[in-house]
This record gives sequence, structure tokens and C-alpha cells, in this order.
Amino acid sequence: MAYKLDAKTPAGELAQKWSNHKAAIKVVSPANKRKLDIIVVGTGLGGASAAASLGELGYNVKIFCISDSPRRAHSIAAQGGINAAKNYQNDNDSVYRLFYDTIKGGDYRAREANVYRLAEVSNLIIDQCVAQGVPFAREYGGLLANRSFGGAQVSRTFYARGQTGQQLLLGAYAALNKEIAAGSVKSYPRHEMLDVVIENGEACGIIARNLVTGEIERHGAHAVVIATGGYGNVFFLSTNAMASNGSAAFQCYRKGAGFANPCFTQIHPTCIPVHGTQQSKLTLMSESLRNDGRIWVPKKMEDVEAIRKGTKKPSDIAEADRDYYLERRYPAFGNLVPRDVASRAAKERCDAGYGVNETGLAVFLDFKTAIERLGKETIKQRYGNLFDMYEEITDVNPYEQPMQIFPAVHYTMGGIWVDYNLMTTIPGLYAIGEANFSDHGANRLGASALMQGLADGYFVLPYTIGDYLAKKIQAPKVSTDTPAFDEAEKGVRARIERLFAIKGNQSVDDIHKRLGLIMWDNVGMARTKESLEKAIVEIQALRKEFYADLKLVGCNESFNVELEKALRLEDFLELGELMARDALNREESCGGHFRSEHQTEDGEALRHDDKFAYAAVWEYKGIDNAPEMTIEQLDYEFVHRAQRNYKD
Amino acid sequence: MGCFLTNSSVGKKVVMSVTGCFLVLFILFHMSMNLTMIFSREGYNLICEFLGANWYALAGTALLAAGVAVHFIYAFILTIDNYRARGKQRYAVTVQEKGVAWSSKNMLVLGIIVIMGLGLHLVHFWSKMQLVEILHSGAAIETINGAEASIHPANGALLMAFTFSKWYNVVLYLVWFAALWFHLTHGVWSMFQTVGFANDTWYPRLKCIANVVATLIFLGFAVVAVLCFLKSGEYMTEMLHWTPGL
Amino acid sequence: MNFTLKIWRQKDAKSQGAFETYKVENISADTSFLEMMDILNNNLIHAGQEPVAFDHDCREGICGMCSMHINGHAHGPSQAVTTCQMYMRKFKDGSTITIEPWRSAAFPVIRDLVVDRGAYDKILQAGGFISVRTNSVPDGNAIPIPKADADESMDAAACVGCGACAATCKNGSAMLFVAARVSSLAKLPQGKVEGARRAKAMVAKMDELGFGNCTNTGACQAQCPKSISIAHIARLNREFLAAKLQD
Repeated sequence: MAYKLDAKTPAGELAQKWSNHKAAIKVVSPANKRKLDIIVVGTGLGGASAAASLGELGYNVKIFCISDSPRRAHSIAAQGGINAAKNYQNDNDSVYRLFYDTIKGGDYRAREANVYRLAEVSNLIIDQCVAQGVPFAREYGGLLANRSFGGAQVSRTFYARGQTGQQLLLGAYAALNKEIAAGSVKSYPRHEMLDVVIENGEACGIIARNLVTGEIERHGAHAVVIATGGYGNVFFLSTNAMASNGSAAFQCYRKGAGFANPCFTQIHPTCIPVHGTQQSKLTLMSESLRNDGRIWVPKKMEDVEAIRKGTKKPSDIAEADRDYYLERRYPAFGNLVPRDVASRAAKERCDAGYGVNETGLAVFLDFKTAIERLGKETIKQRYGNLFDMYEEITDVNPYEQPMQIFPAVHYTMGGIWVDYNLMTTIPGLYAIGEANFSDHGANRLGASALMQGLADGYFVLPYTIGDYLAKKIQAPKVSTDTPAFDEAEKGVRARIERLFAIKGNQSVDDIHKRLGLIMWDNVGMARTKESLEKAIVEIQALRKEFYADLKLVGCNESFNVELEKALRLEDFLELGELMARDALNREESCGGHFRSEHQTEDGEALRHDDKFAYAAVWEYKGIDNAPEMTIEQLDYEFVHRAQRNYKD
Repeated sequence: MGCFLTNSSVGKKVVMSVTGCFLVLFILFHMSMNLTMIFSREGYNLICEFLGANWYALAGTALLAAGVAVHFIYAFILTIDNYRARGKQRYAVTVQEKGVAWSSKNMLVLGIIVIMGLGLHLVHFWSKMQLVEILHSGAAIETINGAEASIHPANGALLMAFTFSKWYNVVLYLVWFAALWFHLTHGVWSMFQTVGFANDTWYPRLKCIANVVATLIFLGFAVVAVLCFLKSGEYMTEMLHWTPGL
Repeated sequence: MNFTLKIWRQKDAKSQGAFETYKVENISADTSFLEMMDILNNNLIHAGQEPVAFDHDCREGICGMCSMHINGHAHGPSQAVTTCQMYMRKFKDGSTITIEPWRSAAFPVIRDLVVDRGAYDKILQAGGFISVRTNSVPDGNAIPIPKADADESMDAAACVGCGACAATCKNGSAMLFVAARVSSLAKLPQGKVEGARRAKAMVAKMDELGFGNCTNTGACQAQCPKSISIAHIARLNREFLAAKLQD
């Protein structure tokens, strides 16, 4: 049964939609809010800000996170900044321009109304964070400073050194702490959601595992909010944190929530290249580095070989012999093209044989020109911590030799399908932040993830959730002593027992690394029909192997990291296949999704708006059955879709 | 408002800081007084007379004793707290962190050495001087220059020359002064930190001041003790028949 | 490179722990410390033994999750980095490395090298925030803040809450952690409004949770992965005393 998707996009002029919608939706009175329970899973920017705001409003909120404190969520690692259409720089920025840049950056695969709302509330976020004590960078006059980011020709990114995500998360975490202290939010750290419970077609709670004791717990609520981030770790190597996972979102999908555009994966262009098979994760070097760094490879093959052999240093290569390929191909945006474009351009050069390390998978990010222009001190002030980090990892001093960088999996634009209210296809179940699919289309611009997480959590969900909960004011406390909870708990226990019973020979990491390789080679930066079909077959085979040969030590009733990882991998093994299926279906190139069969003569992504101007929403049909796809047509009322152009 | 000085960590530290500061000031005063010995034994005894068993000296002594007691008792309370906070299981491997002074981690041990030295000092001097006056007991009798002699309670110069005529006393006092030096190199800047008067600009300055103060105190006391040892015969002869002038 | 590892193993909070010795071989110098632990764990799993539990997550030095006491140093012998940012090239080939969990009464061991740092959350819940409601705020540029103040606030706000300060302090004091938050907010006009209340509440909670008393050794600053200065402790003392003297 295909979904009947209703995006609930409000009618009216673009700029009026959100106001009209807010005016139209229901609100819950303070006395009734006290009677309503909400579960928020995940404590990143989205989850923490939502829980804090909902707690403030008077709802009873329970918040769950897998780490030992809400502050550890991976939002904390975002470096560069957060966008807002403040126009403090007087460079003709506006809500419309931010909206337009985001829509265009997303290669016209996002919903207009959602993106416009995002741009509209972006300014409120900055105000909110400043009031919370987020120490944004300031100018000497005491006012807020900005910097530039990829995909924009204005300077609208607010930042706190190279730790913007950390500071914004600490702001949201502080707001959360304020509510925990007030008693409106109860925190459950080291708890992992293992299932969502559905009763009468509505979300009514979750099953969670206490990661310290292994206890399986039931928690009921009138609404459940999923804010568990993205699923980039399906690739094993990514810039995500080690524990980042797609499991909570995937349980929702299993229980019937639609999963939209799973193939839209962002590959970030500036990461430290892979150095060996023992590597556990990839380290991102902030996009802000592209403000002053210039990306190049040698023009001559003999220079490439000399650098690889170590007979020449990168600094020995003369200006004339360097190919600043981004500046060459995209004169208007230069080194600040969007991430997908920069990543593909790096891949193109490396595929052509110009990769500058032993593996041939690296390009240079050079600060020579910037140091000459601004002086070492200024560069140190701007990027000192990043340079130190680079040197710590690679043992190379980036003040003297250029950094080596290569693209790596960073963010997933796809996620749980949500309507304009951020509600999934299951009533009462919401998805916010990276966990949903709504705002970034096929590619996310830098400094927009933080914006979306906080927009959803502070300014959207607290309003829209009332529209649903207003129907629940007569409802009693959700009982967890029901057949639906019994069944969900039984399912979780059976799943865990099954994994322990396998008693095979391969560890979770052994299998996860293999899944990662399949994904990177076939569902990575460039995808073809053949590679995707191959990936599906290989992932299915690997999944069988997982169920036959997994080696899991320990028991459920203890602190068992291997069990946590095994459960997450089990979900990744299905999610990976879903991504490949979605990529196979989408016979066009757009944003982070590049099908080699569909490119322009210059090697740019070639969209097919006539056929694929839609969000592909997948419905779970069982582990060994193909999922069913429903289409949400993306109608563009206000923006004219064009071939993205960063050249002039 | 009284309670935060006893029930909060920062408050308890402030008590340490303030009593410590008071003790440092006293020690500085005591040191300056001792230095008089170098120039004039008579002058030194004049001060001793002045600080006999009169009300202001007694009040000062009582205050000082209270200061020492509070500083000492709080040190133990804080150390016990801290030992508990560290937990039952200790680290198998520990190191001296870069930039962390040895003395800062051994203040209690240094303090105990200082207190033991103080005990010795009280027996050597205070019990034979102010205490005699308070109790109106007989003057101390010591063997000086081969003959038994009674030492007047205000004849501090003679007592000092006599005490430091014995080499082991000089050694014991030097150890004491050294412990005090270590204690003060941390204590003096630390008291500013505790009351909040410190920042990254001032740390080098405060630590420099602490080292200067500690070193001055060490040298001031040590020089008198050593001088008394070297010139003990001369001084004892000079002061043996001294009579109070006041 | 080859290493002998002496690692603290403890089944759960109630059990007695002990050191176990393991060997890891053929480790590349470019391997991070935690990747070396991954390799050890994978070997243990293949040998049918339970892997060593340790906290870690972002592996970029920002989440504050990793927390190992290595050869006597919180986060290991490198300066100003978290455990996850340390690479094996820092260690001598063939050497023995002793790895212990944070040891502090307020951080009980959960398993092996994993401790419960919930106490830090509780301290922040006592007052480590500015009481503003969502949306009831002025424009971001309504209050100019001198750049130097914003920068100093940021210096303190860099704290990742890893617990190294209390873990390394011979007194088990959490002052640097508390000070970092108090100081960061005290440097901003919007934080000053409830500064007195915050300093008192956070210090009281810190004391209640069984952390020790600061004796200004500066060990916390030396081991802090973010090199947060004890000048912030001085500011906390100032804030606290000023607040108390007004009571």
C-alpha cells in the first residue's frame, strides 16, 4: 500500500506561508500541556533545542541519548559556522537570498516552503544563541562578525572560532539543563532507543536499552521526536562520530515511516586523506579553510610522481606548474564552490592520475598565497587550532607545506520523510534535524546543518507539534502495559538474542569495514547502474554473512559496546541496500548524487527535472523484500529551476 | 554569611588564604626583628622587652596562635576532604605535570615540617621568654661559656647566641627555613589566586613576588642563625650581663 | 611498532578491578591511540574475550567523551590534546603503556576504562545556563560585547567537559570545569545578570557531589586538553566571594 503523502504545505505567497500556517494551526493551553508527555530521542542541536523549548512550554519531556551526557552529540563537532540572513555585512543578503542559495545549493530537490521557513527563522537563531551566551566571534566594535562559506556570494556565516557547533550545542545543552533543573525535562543518558511503539497507527512510545545495565525499558508518550542525526557511518569511514548511527530512524522506517531520498549523501571535500587500513574515522578540516586556502594539483605528471616519491616537495612546484582546478573551472565561486562540486572536482583530478599521495587519493589545500598576503599571524589567528590538529595527525606543518585533503562522507541529506509540520507518515512521530530529509535537497550548503537543527528545535517543532497534541488533551497518560509495548519489547529481546546466538567468527568491525568498502566503491561519489546493482547483491550477501558468522562476546545484561555496535550494523546492512536502491532509481545526477551516466559535457551533474523532480519516499516491506516507493512531487512555484552554475 | 567560610570549598580556601597572609606578614615582621641582631644585640633585646607579657603582645600572641591553629586545622580538614574526593582506588602511575611546582602538591607535608620547627622554636625561645613572664616562673638556666647562667626573659640576644652556638640547632633551623621557603613559594601567590586576585598577566608577577618573599624570609632568618653560630662566643660574652633598660 | 599494554579491567561498578597485560603488534606510527585500542579489542574478540570498554566518540578532540589516564597523564603524555588526538608515534616502540580510568570519587567506574561523569551534568544543571526562554530575546547585535571579552569567554567555553581536570587533580577538585562555565558566562553582559546566583549554586553543587578543594596546583591546566587557564578559577573565586559577601 503506497503512502498518501500530504506535505501540508500552506497556501499563499512564499513569504507568508509560515505566518499563515502558524495562525492556522492549533495550540495547547498551558494547563493541558502539563498533561502531555513527549519523548525526544537524541540530544544534538535539534533534540536539545526541541526538548528545552518544549519543556519551557510546559510539556513533560523525556530526553534520551546514547552517550554519557547530552553534550556529546555529534553536532558538537561542527566547526565552521551557522548561516543567517542578518545582512549585518551590508552585502545585500536577505531571507530570500539565503532561501535561494539553499534551494540552488540543494540542486532543486528540496521543498520550497520548508527552505523559505528555514531562511526566515535563521535570524531568530542568532538572536537566541547570543542571548544564551554563545561567544560568537566579534569585531572590534563589539558587534557580530561573519565569514564566507561555500555556495554563497555573501558573508553570512556566524562563527565561534573553529568550534561553532560546540558552542551552539553548549547553548542548547544549557537551555536543556535549565529545563532539567526545573523538572520539565527528564534526561536519560546512556540509553539507546531500539524500537518505536505504535498503537492505533500513532506513535505512543519507545523501547530503550539502558546501555549500562542492559535493561530493556518501556517509555510511553503522546508524541515521539526523532533527532538522532544522519547515517553516514554506513560507510564505516566518515567524518561522523564513532557512535553516530541510523538506527533510531531505521526503526521508524521498519515500523512504517517513509524514508525519503536515502541516496543523498554529502561527501565533504576537505578531509584528511585515508592513511591505512587500521583507520577508524576520517577527520574533517573545516570548510572555512577554503576562504583562504587554494586547492591544486600539479599540472605535470612528472611533478606528481616526484611528489609521491618524495623527491620534490609540494612547495618546490612553481606557480605556473600548479593547476588550481577549482579556480580554473569555476571562476565566479573559485575555491568556494559547494561541497558536492568541490568533491567531484577532486575526484576528477585524482581519477585522471594527479592525486598527490601514495594512494593517488589526495589534492593540496595551500595557504602559501594567503600567508604571503595576510601574514602568518593572521592565518594562525584564523585557523591555528585546525593547523595544529592537522600537524598532530599527519606530522606535516601546514604553514610550510600545503595540506593534503580528499573528500569523505560527511552528512546525509536523506532521512525520514516529514511534512511541513515535521511529522512523519506515522501520526505523533516527528523527525527533526539531520534525521529528516526536508531542507537540503540533494546537497547541503556549509553552515546550514546547524541552522536547520536549531530552526527545527527552537522555532518550528514547538509550534507544529501543538497541532497534533491539541487532539490529545483528553488522552490519559500513555500506558506501557499494552500489547503493543509487549510486542515491541519482545521483538527487541528476540533481536538481541538472535545476535548472541550466531556465534560466528567475524567481529562487528570486520563486517562493517566490508560494508563500508562496498558502499564507498559503488554508492560513493560516482554511481552507475552497474555499481549500484552490484552493491545491492553484495550487501544482501554480506547481510546473510552477518547473520551466519557474527561473533558477539559478552551478554546483554552488562555494559556491552559490541552489542550496541552489532545492533547498529544490523540496521546499516539494510540501510545501505536502501541507499543503493534509491540511487539506482534516481536516474539523474543532482547534488551529492552523481550518476556517471548523467553528466554534462563539462562533467557537471545533469538533472532530469521532467522525471525526477520528486522526493522518493520508501516504505519498508520486510528485510528480504524490495521496499515500495511513493513519490512526493516537488512543485516549484517561486524559483525557476536551472542548471546550477558556479562559473559566472 | 559566616557559614560559607566553613561549609563551602571556596570559603574554606579563603580562610587558608587570609590566615596564611596574616602568618606571612607576621613572619616578615619577625624576620625584620631578627635582622636587628646583626647590627645591635642591645637593640634586639629592646624589642624583646617591648614584646614581653604586656597586653598588646599577649593579644598579638593569642591572635597569632589562633591564626596558626586555624590555618593548621583547616589544612587537615581540606586534606581529608581532598583525600576522600580522590576516591579509594588510586592511580598506579602518577607523574609531575609540566609547569606544576612540587611544593604545590606537598603543602601539607611542608606545613607539618614548619609546625614541627615551630614547636622546637617555641621550646627554644618562647618558653624561655614570654612564657616565663606570663607564668612568673624562674628564668631559664643554661650553661654558657662553661658556667651556669640565668637568662633574663627579655635577653633574646643571649638566648639566640646560645641556641645557635650548637651546630645541630643551626642545621635543624635551616631545614625548617627551607621547608618554609617551599611552602611560601606556593602559598604566597596561591593566596592571591584564592581570593580571586590573579589572572594570566599577573601569574608570572605573583609567582615572582612569592619567590622573592620566600627567599627574603629564608635569607633573613638563615643569615641571623648562621651569624649567631659563627659569633656565638662573642655575642654570649657581650650579652651575658645585660640588664633590661625599660 | 609493538607495545605492552597494562589496562585496568573492571566488570562493573561493584566489582573489584585489576590490571591485565596485553600485547599489540605491528602498529603503524600513524595509528591513533584509540585505533590501537580498536586493534587490541578486535584481537580480543577474535580470541573470544570481552573487549576493553572505553569511552570515545567524535575522535576529533571535541566531544569530550574519551577519558584515559595513560602513563600517569590524563589523556596521555601529549600536551593540549584529548586521548583520541594522540598518535602512536608519541610512544617508544616496545614500551609498556599503563592505561587507567579516571579515578575520582565523583566519577565511579562503570566498566574497565569507562566512568560515570554525570556529576558534571549535575553541576551545570545547578546553574550553568542563562535563563532565557526561546524567542524572548533581543537582536543579536543589540548588546555590543568588546572583542576581548568575547574572546576570553570563548577561551573558557572551549571546555569539552571530559573530566581530565578533576581526574588529574590530586584533590579531585572540579574547579577548572566549574570555573570555565562560570567565567565564560561572567565575561558576557547577558551572563552577568544572574552571575551571583550561578556561582553560588554551581560551587554548592560541586561541593555536594563530593569533589575536593582546589589547592591551586595548576595540574588541571597542565592536563586540560583545551589548555583552559586557572585564571578562570580566580574569576570563579571572585564571583563567588562577591556573591557571598552580598548575602
